[in-house]
Amino acid sequence: MLTVRELTRLQISASFQLRDGECIALQGPSGAGKTLLLRAIADLDPNEGSVELDGKPRESMPAPAWRRQVTYVATEPGWWADTVRDHFAAWDQAMAVAERLGLPSSCGAWPIRRLSTGERQRLGLVRALLLDSRVLLLDEPTSALDAASTAAVETIVAERRSTGTGVIWSTHDSAQARRIGSRLFTMASGGRIEERQL
Amino acid sequence: MNYIQLGYSDLILPALLVVMNGVLSIALQLKLERQLAVASVRMVIQLVLVGYVLTFLFAAVSLLWTALAALIMVLFASREIVVRQKRRLLGLWTYGLGAGCTLLAGGTVTMFSLLTQLRPDPWYHPRYALPLLGMILGNTMTGVSLGLDLLVSGVARERAAVDSCLALGGTRYQALLPMIRDALRGGFMPTINGMAAIGLVSLPGMMTGQILAGVEPVDAVKYQLLIMFLIAGGTGLGTLAAVIGGGWLLTDHRHRLRLDRIAPEESS
Repeated sequence: MLTVRELTRLQISASFQLRDGECIALQGPSGAGKTLLLRAIADLDPNEGSVELDGKPRESMPAPAWRRQVTYVATEPGWWADTVRDHFAAWDQAMAVAERLGLPSSCGAWPIRRLSTGERQRLGLVRALLLDSRVLLLDEPTSALDAASTAAVETIVAERRSTGTGVIWSTHDSAQARRIGSRLFTMASGGRIEERQL
Repeated sequence: MNYIQLGYSDLILPALLVVMNGVLSIALQLKLERQLAVASVRMVIQLVLVGYVLTFLFAAVSLLWTALAALIMVLFASREIVVRQKRRLLGLWTYGLGAGCTLLAGGTVTMFSLLTQLRPDPWYHPRYALPLLGMILGNTMTGVSLGLDLLVSGVARERAAVDSCLALGGTRYQALLPMIRDALRGGFMPTINGMAAIGLVSLPGMMTGQILAGVEPVDAVKYQLLIMFLIAGGTGLGTLAAVIGGGWLLTDHRHRLRLDRIAPEESS
C-alpha cells in the first residue's frame, strides 16, 4: 500500500492512500499540477511531506531503488541511445510486451528519431512495465494513441493490477477515467485534490 | 647563453603592425578598432607589470610570495572559466568548481614536475614554479570551461532522456553518462589536436622563446615535451574533476535532476 501524507510541491498538496491492485484515475485541467503530483510521489523533484510503501518511508531506501518500486512514466518519455533495442536490458522480454501493444517485433532496430509520438509512448510504457514495480504512476499514457492501442494499454495495465500493482493514471478522458479507475481524484487549479464519485 | 636583448624602443616598429590592423578595421568598417586598442593597451600593461612582479618574485624566492602569486593565477583562471561558459551553474558554485578544479589539476601537475623531473632548489623556486603553473593553468582552463559548458548545455538539452533514466531507477551518473562522455571528449579535444599539430603546423611559444634566448633546439624540445605531457595530464585531470563535479551539482542526493541550479541563458 502506498501512503501519501501532506505531500507538497509548489502549489500542490495531497494526502491519500493507494491500496494494492487499486487504480486512482486523476483528472484536472492542464496546469492544475497532475504531473507535479506524480513526479513528487516518484521523488523526481524536490518536495516535502511523507510517502511510504507498505509502511516503509521512501527516504529509508536509495532514490533509484524507490523509483524501481514506484515508477513514473512521462507523457513524452525521453531516450538516451540511438535505437529502440539499446534502451532495454532484456530485449526478448521487452519485445513480447511491445507486441501486445501493437508494435512489430522488428521495432528493436528502429532509430529513435523516426518513432512517432504514439510509438514513443507505448515503448516508454514497455520500459516501465519490465521493472515489475509495485506502483505505476502513468502520466496521460494514451494521449497520443488510437482506440485499439489505448485498449491494449488499458488491458495490460489491468492485468498488472490483478497481480497487486497499484496505479495512479492521469487522464483528460472522463470515459477512460471511468473504465480504468477504481477511484477518481480531481485536481483543481489551486492544486487541491478532491475524491469524486466515479 | 647569448641572446639579442630588446629595448622598449625596439617594440615601436612591431607595434605598428597592430596599428595597421586598426586602420584596416576602420577602412573595412569592421568596428574592431576600439576592442583592438583596449586589448593592446591591456596586453602591454599586464605584461610589463608581470615582468616586474616576476623580477621581484625571482629575487625574493619566498614560499609565501610564490604561493600568493599562484593563488591569484588560479582565481583569474576560475573567473575566465565562468566567463567563457554560455550556460553556467548559479551562484558561487560555478566559481568554486572552476577554482577547485584548476587548483587541483594545476597544483598537482606542477608539484609533480617540480618534485620529480625539475627538482629546483628550493623546490618552489618561482622561476620554475610560476611559468610551469601558468602554462598548465592556461590549458587546463580551456579544457575545464569547454567540458563544463558542454555538460551543462547537454544536460539542459537532454532533460527528457535524463529524467526518464532516473524515473526508471537509474542513478544520477547512469543518467548523465552520455553527456559526461561528450563533455570529456570536448574538453580533451583541443589538447589532443594541439599535440598532434605541434612541430608540424606550429612551433610552441615556450620552445621558440628558449631558442631565441640561445638554448639548443634539442634541449628546448625536451622542455617543450615535458610541458606538453604536463599540460595533457593537467587538462585531463582538471576536465575530469570539473565534469564529474558539474554532474554532482546538476543533481542532488536523491538522484534528482536540478536544472534550477543553472542560470538562465540570457543572464550568462
